[in-house]
Amino acid sequence: MFTGLLTVAVLLPMVAAVLILLFGRDARTVRIFAVAVSVVEFLLTLFVFLNYDTSEGADQFQMVDRVVDWIPIESFEVQYYLAVDGLSAPLVMLTGLLGMVAIFASWTIGQQRREQGEEPREREYFMWLLALQGAVVGVFTSLDFLLFFVFWELELIPMFFLISVWGSGRREYSAMKFLIFTILGSAFMLVGILVLYFSTGSFDMTELPALVRQAGTGLPALAVFLLLFVAFAVKLPVWPLHTWLPDAHTDAPTAASVMLAGVLLKMGAYGMFRLGAILPDVLRDVSWALAVLGVINILYGASVVLRQTDMKRLIAFSSISHMGFILLGLASAVGVAGSVSPIGLTGASLQMFTHGVITGMLFLLVGYVYERAHTRHIPDLGGLVGRMPVLGAALLVAGLASLGLPSTAGFVSEIHVFLGTFPVWSWMTALGAFGVVLTAGYILWMIQRVMLGPLNPRFADLKDATPLELVPIAALIIAIMVVGIFPSTLTDVFSTGITPIVESLQMDLTLSRN
Amino acid sequence: MTLNDLYLLSPEIALAGVAMLLILLDLVVSRKGVLLAVGVIGLALSAVFSLVLWGDLGSEPSGQMQGIFGTLVVDKFSLFFKLLLATAALLVLLISGSYVDRIARFRSEFYGLILLATSGMMLLASTTELITIYVALELTALPTAALAAFLRDGRSAESGMKFLILSAISSAILLYGMVFIYGRTGTTSLPEIATQIEGMLSAGVLDPREAFGDSKALLFGITLVIAGFGFKISSFPFQFWAPDVYEGAPTPITAFLSVASKAAGFAVLLRVFYISFPMEVVSENWAAIFAVLSVASMTFGNLVAIRQSNIKRMLAYSTIAHAGYVMVGLAAFASGSAEQTGIGTSGILFYLSGYVATNLLAFGAIIAMSNRLDTDQISGYAGMVRRAPLLAAMLGFAMVSLTGIPPTIGFMSKIYLFGAAVSADMAWLAIAGMVNSVISAYYYLRVVKVMFLEKATDESSITSDAATGVALTATAAATFVFGVYPTPLIELARSAASSLGI
Repeated sequence: MFTGLLTVAVLLPMVAAVLILLFGRDARTVRIFAVAVSVVEFLLTLFVFLNYDTSEGADQFQMVDRVVDWIPIESFEVQYYLAVDGLSAPLVMLTGLLGMVAIFASWTIGQQRREQGEEPREREYFMWLLALQGAVVGVFTSLDFLLFFVFWELELIPMFFLISVWGSGRREYSAMKFLIFTILGSAFMLVGILVLYFSTGSFDMTELPALVRQAGTGLPALAVFLLLFVAFAVKLPVWPLHTWLPDAHTDAPTAASVMLAGVLLKMGAYGMFRLGAILPDVLRDVSWALAVLGVINILYGASVVLRQTDMKRLIAFSSISHMGFILLGLASAVGVAGSVSPIGLTGASLQMFTHGVITGMLFLLVGYVYERAHTRHIPDLGGLVGRMPVLGAALLVAGLASLGLPSTAGFVSEIHVFLGTFPVWSWMTALGAFGVVLTAGYILWMIQRVMLGPLNPRFADLKDATPLELVPIAALIIAIMVVGIFPSTLTDVFSTGITPIVESLQMDLTLSRN
Repeated sequence: MTLNDLYLLSPEIALAGVAMLLILLDLVVSRKGVLLAVGVIGLALSAVFSLVLWGDLGSEPSGQMQGIFGTLVVDKFSLFFKLLLATAALLVLLISGSYVDRIARFRSEFYGLILLATSGMMLLASTTELITIYVALELTALPTAALAAFLRDGRSAESGMKFLILSAISSAILLYGMVFIYGRTGTTSLPEIATQIEGMLSAGVLDPREAFGDSKALLFGITLVIAGFGFKISSFPFQFWAPDVYEGAPTPITAFLSVASKAAGFAVLLRVFYISFPMEVVSENWAAIFAVLSVASMTFGNLVAIRQSNIKRMLAYSTIAHAGYVMVGLAAFASGSAEQTGIGTSGILFYLSGYVATNLLAFGAIIAMSNRLDTDQISGYAGMVRRAPLLAAMLGFAMVSLTGIPPTIGFMSKIYLFGAAVSADMAWLAIAGMVNSVISAYYYLRVVKVMFLEKATDESSITSDAATGVALTATAAATFVFGVYPTPLIELARSAASSLGI
């Protein structure tokens, strides 16, 4: 089968990147080209999302691009296999959306660099940004584990360059730290994938759940789970493997921060879901640990945020806190009284999407503020809303969504997580819920210190958002509100991805009882 | 020596003949390009003969042709290495053109010696007899030592001298080991040795699991042979010659040593151990040694490489680490079924091919840059992206491949080889290899960082000559294409590996 749609979605940004490398001469042309490509890519991924058939009886995996004999070596068979299911379709769309936002946010990157007395190097910049986007779409769509790993690694080099060349502060250190942490994680992942392959004979994620069940005790299931989990935990990130994140986020350029927080962290969460589908019994056995780690992430992240004075660092730590909700939602997989409810897992998957748009937007707005004020140091700022009402209002929307105000996307995902996990891990959930209180505290406090209060005279002539900057802001606000008011647009799709996982968890539970 | 023997030796003879011709031509020809062209033609000729032999193998039911009283065998395994070595030497000639132009005298000897060394390495891939192995090793070592000392300055002379002495010592150790093997089995022919050992095992006179006994002499011999070959492939703890020799030798020769010598060393190593000592009670012993050497070699190479500021020394330590990765395939031999051993052996061939492409890409770019740089310090490459964007991109791509990040052949071959370890229930070895890849990312990507992030002190642009351009394009294309679609190369490696009889 080969519908070609997803192949195009993966290759379009990559081919565009190569074209920029080969033929890009004039910076303005490159910019316009990159914007055009990113808009087309967004429409393409939006089509993938809307086209995903959630009706009863539809295939779980749709829009399949499959070449069985990519590497048809006997005893080492690798396929080229792209498809989306309910879990990945929204994430593909998220990647398209944030990819477009990131390109729009980079319109003035050359000008900013010139102001700082550095070479603009715009051509390379857009090349890496587009290559990154293609690789991430590849991660979310590939269903062959080895292909998945290829895309997983492919994303590294673009991000390394984006941080180390166009970043700020200790950018080279942060880029290297990001790289080493991620490859260290993937080192374990590869071994896990290979062990899985040589115990079951397949790299195919769609066949592995059944094959693993057949293999039974012949498979070192816990070891495989841990090997893969470490890689995903670095990416998510899970405490104590999170230390690369604040550095990378803070020093990355705005667009890279948007991509990093918006989609790259989701690769870790997405991997955990896939892993759970393949090894449901291990997921159940370790869910207590996931709950504990989730609560640590939530509370640790939120407490550290309170001490931050750099806006980007603040949002970076808030990401750690928010990623804890995903772990907490996953922990509900153990079920209670012999039945597993899909609500917690659905909440966790929703959190991937909503955190992506909300935090993407926060980083975008902070980037815009920084471009104008040339500082992200919160005590230096203040009263900006008088000069930039639109940006101020947008920051308020994103902030309120981040703290989980009803009618915004943040509320939908967090309430699902709490509802689903409370019956299973009551005390932990109660502790985690305290994180929401802390979030409300630090978000509102930040908005107050940055936007309200007396205006520092040196910011007297700051300008509000330009029409071009309004495009990504509007796109993200629409996404936040649509998901907040009509959550079923997302939950319907996500739940078709969650159902098979819940079913296999349930099956395992019934089996082990008999 | 019959006509058929000459035919079987034709790839080697072609090289030796053209090497002599080159040295004579120097007396009458004064144009620069001619010598290079003759050398390239010689290697191409040798590759063509190898291909013709490969074609002839189809009609042989045994899949091999024996010559010169059974001391020489032509099978797909040896031809695979002959083609690989011819390709490697050809690329080295192409990238050394601009370098040789700077040498005032003895240009033809430079090319001629490379051809001679290559013919020795090709012979090495074909030998099935201990004494012939020794002869072929010397045929390889002597021209190489002369090449290492070619610049005739202090460092180059030191490099040549070190190589000569240490390769003599390693040959002596190897010979000493061979003596024990001969003493225990009474033959120097590799297949004969296997037959003898099988016989002794079934008669119960040899039991390598016993604490003391006759078998210890055999195992001692095997250990010494490993040590001897360990020098050739620059594995820890026999690696100490490599950094000094690599640093002092002319850069094209460093490139040649790092890929061709290593490939030939592994070719003969594989043949000796897979043909003579495949029986499980013996192989579990040597495979364990290789497992230890593998981890030690990659860890030592990578850790020391981090501290290097000279790019040639850094790459020297990197080859030590890569020797460690390749030995993963050897270590996976013992516990494997035939199918798993197939992955391990073909994995080694695939890995070596990928290493040839990647490392020559790196060295090609380094030579092209160093013509204008006059330094081998990594800091000298600062801002190279402004001065030579294409060369910098190529060197960066090579570094990515050496680290093992997609879309490169370095990535594919690492996965395939480590897959062999996992399939042989040695996941710990694969983990060690992968963790080492992470360590190596630090120093490989530092080169990328210096080239792309730091400011150049000198902004003059650097260009490369046409021959280097061809070589770089070819190696970069191979690194990318086989990194995305490795199937043809793996198939080739598998069919070559299958002719080792396992």
